[in-house]
Amino acid sequence: MKAKQIDQYYFHDVNSPVFSMDRRNFLKNLGGGIIIVFSLSELGFTGRYNPQEQLPEFNAFLRVKEDGRVDCYTGKIEMGQGINTSLAQTLAEELEVDIHDVDMIMGETDLVPYDAGTWGSMTTRFQDPLIRAAAAEAREVLRELAAEKLSLPLDRMVASNGRIMDRSDNTRSVSYAELTKGQKIVRAVTTKPEVKKARDLKVIGKSFNRLDSVKKVTGKALYAADIRLPGLMYARIVRPPAHGSKLVSSDTSGAEAVTGTRLLRDGDFIVVLHADPEMAEKAVMAIRSEWEVPESKANQDTIFEYIKRNATDIRVRYSGGDLEAGRKASDIVFEHEYHDGYKAHASIETHTATAIYKDGEITMWASSQTPFGTRQEVADRLGIAREKVHIKQIYLGGGFGGKIYNQQAVEAARIARMAEGTPVQLAWTRREEFMYDMFRPAAVMKINSGVTKDGIIRFWDFDIYCAGDRGTELFYGVADHRTRLLDARGLHPFGTGAWRAPGNNTTTFARESQIDIMAHSIGMDPLEFRIKNMNNERALNSLKVAAEKFGWSKTKPPKGTGRGIAVGFDAGTYVTIILEAKVDLQTGRVKVTRAVVGQDMGQVINPQGTRIQAEGCVNMGLGYALTEDIEFDWKTVNSYNFGDYKIPLFSDIPDSIETVWVDAMDQPPQGGGEPAIICMGAAVTNAIFEACGARVFRIPATPERILEAMK
Amino acid sequence: MKEKIQFVLNGKPVEVETEKEQFLLWVLRTHFNLTGTKYGCGLGYCGSCTVLMDDDPVRSCNIMMEDVAGTRIVTIEGMEEGGELHPLQQAFVEHDALQCGFCTPGMIMNAAGFLKKNTEPTRADIIDAMEDNLCRCGAHNRIIDAIESASKNMKGGPKS
Repeated sequence: MKAKQIDQYYFHDVNSPVFSMDRRNFLKNLGGGIIIVFSLSELGFTGRYNPQEQLPEFNAFLRVKEDGRVDCYTGKIEMGQGINTSLAQTLAEELEVDIHDVDMIMGETDLVPYDAGTWGSMTTRFQDPLIRAAAAEAREVLRELAAEKLSLPLDRMVASNGRIMDRSDNTRSVSYAELTKGQKIVRAVTTKPEVKKARDLKVIGKSFNRLDSVKKVTGKALYAADIRLPGLMYARIVRPPAHGSKLVSSDTSGAEAVTGTRLLRDGDFIVVLHADPEMAEKAVMAIRSEWEVPESKANQDTIFEYIKRNATDIRVRYSGGDLEAGRKASDIVFEHEYHDGYKAHASIETHTATAIYKDGEITMWASSQTPFGTRQEVADRLGIAREKVHIKQIYLGGGFGGKIYNQQAVEAARIARMAEGTPVQLAWTRREEFMYDMFRPAAVMKINSGVTKDGIIRFWDFDIYCAGDRGTELFYGVADHRTRLLDARGLHPFGTGAWRAPGNNTTTFARESQIDIMAHSIGMDPLEFRIKNMNNERALNSLKVAAEKFGWSKTKPPKGTGRGIAVGFDAGTYVTIILEAKVDLQTGRVKVTRAVVGQDMGQVINPQGTRIQAEGCVNMGLGYALTEDIEFDWKTVNSYNFGDYKIPLFSDIPDSIETVWVDAMDQPPQGGGEPAIICMGAAVTNAIFEACGARVFRIPATPERILEAMK
Repeated sequence: MKEKIQFVLNGKPVEVETEKEQFLLWVLRTHFNLTGTKYGCGLGYCGSCTVLMDDDPVRSCNIMMEDVAGTRIVTIEGMEEGGELHPLQQAFVEHDALQCGFCTPGMIMNAAGFLKKNTEPTRADIIDAMEDNLCRCGAHNRIIDAIESASKNMKGGPKS
């Protein structure tokens, strides 16, 4: 293992070509200890980052402090997914410290290395190996220091539980705190340090409870709206009734009559500030505005035809063989169309930002999955250097992709500058959240496929409108196939974006429904049909572990009860869900009673965290499968609150959720936060089919749609 | 018109000058800086703002200050006793019954009120009692487990 020792170098050489001024200053200002920095490019890291951003090469560090505790710096944020625990585990493993001695410094742009954002189940896949390597590097520095201090050969130095000891005499040892006291050592890792072998792991692979739970059960965990600054004013913005509306006139006199209101205006951007959030609400409601609303072109029922007519941008994503030959070789041919409506992220915490602008600089606490993106957007909007924008560490009350988009932060920044010197807080109301959320797009999928009587899929022709290609590479062996993507710019009436495993929920619903239809049409067990046609070992592994746990049998349950299988691929993980559901044949109501999640996901860092993410995927996924749908009339969103948009309730969730995975501790870790949710649409609708013979082609599978399909 | 309203907050008598129509949620969050009580929807759908009012779980976003006068209010910040977590808080920690944690204070307060009335709940009772508290992360199964285990631990010496 070769590491480039740079020690005091950067503290003296101000013209260093490697680090920019602010990073160097950061290192200067940092206290003592051992600091490990990283070179991404030299490690062959392939994760996305913005090359325009400075210092992508500076992309992981940790500091062993003079009291022996360790700061772990990461640009990732904690929104419930549990990475503040799994990353700490990784660090603790290699550095040989107690996990509770690790402090996670997350998403604070002045302190942490650049990161493109917390999305795509990338933390465990890409950040984790970096932190592991940094910790291994720090351990080597500590061993060297100990060898010197104890006047013993380096090869006898062993790290254990926050100490370095003599391999042959463990009474001779020295603590990390003693070793780092008075030191200031910086090392950049230029080659990948040696990390532990799978068989030597003690902390990775062991279940840990969340490290932030005590803060969260006592109300002490701070979210963006919990920041209290002296003189804080609460902001409300005058909103149009629909997207794309034009302001015709506005009478703000009503707001000005509310004592204590401060009115700010920049064109159509009309804002009230008040020291009392309810008075701000009262004042904004007292503003009378006239708007010109765009003409309607589609609603939640007609949007699918609209999409098909207007998605004129077509490209072939995958193709092979000859579709016509495959069609001719098929005994039965199927042509089906699947629909999925718009879905909200519906985090319980709405988009929020607290900000203060003073002397040309802005400090913000924003509920954002992309703190560095927020920094850039705010800098661009205010026309200031990004170094003048300081995004602080905060907990997020859920994200699911919705907080990749930082409209609220940009709005808060504008307001903060207009109110220069006064701290302001903008917490979107639930109504605003349902209007400005970047919804998961409505989508249409057409699948033409064919099968032989003995159960071989002969062709697969998949047209995907508006759901993208994530996870759509077929893991069933079909020689004659084509997958096309159809879309168009500005197609949707409002903003759309990434929703937990973007696109993959939608396409997996269609694919796994079609697979089920083909299996049933030739009277073949749907598990057997999948096994017969799969050409991917990892997909098969996930299916097998799930089927075994579930106790799948070819015997069908009594009418009214059904089992559904769905398999998918997302974020490096192959996943299968098998569930059991009961359908009330009179009302069409569905209750999922049991779910099994099987994954081939490489190394599992925190088994309990893995289970919790899978449970979250099942429970959240029930919503899009059964109840959630944004209602709208073109640019007017008619889902206002949780009364109109039904997310799963306690009585909806399965009595049991079991999570299993393929043992692959020697493999790189893959995604765990998103994959399982992609299977929920088809697993549920396939179970509905087995229970009552109703094939539902549009999710959510509402009772009305199920009863209609039963006819 | 502002009025002086007195009530007991987390065991201590307090007085606040406020409009009668102001909602308890915002008084807690802004006047008392008790930010553990969360805004989630403002219409009583989600339960993130749940507090105890004379031992009953209520949605503080819908409770006017005139109705708070003379009552005992307990928020998540008032659940610990002598630096010890309440059995419900402890059970949520042990069962990892949370992810983002935003709905957690409301979940715990709702469960606390429920367990005062039903000390030996079945799982079905718990599901019924928690039905209108929303969790988006999908921690439901573990929340039920936590409440069930807390109800057992609280028997023979429930706190508060």
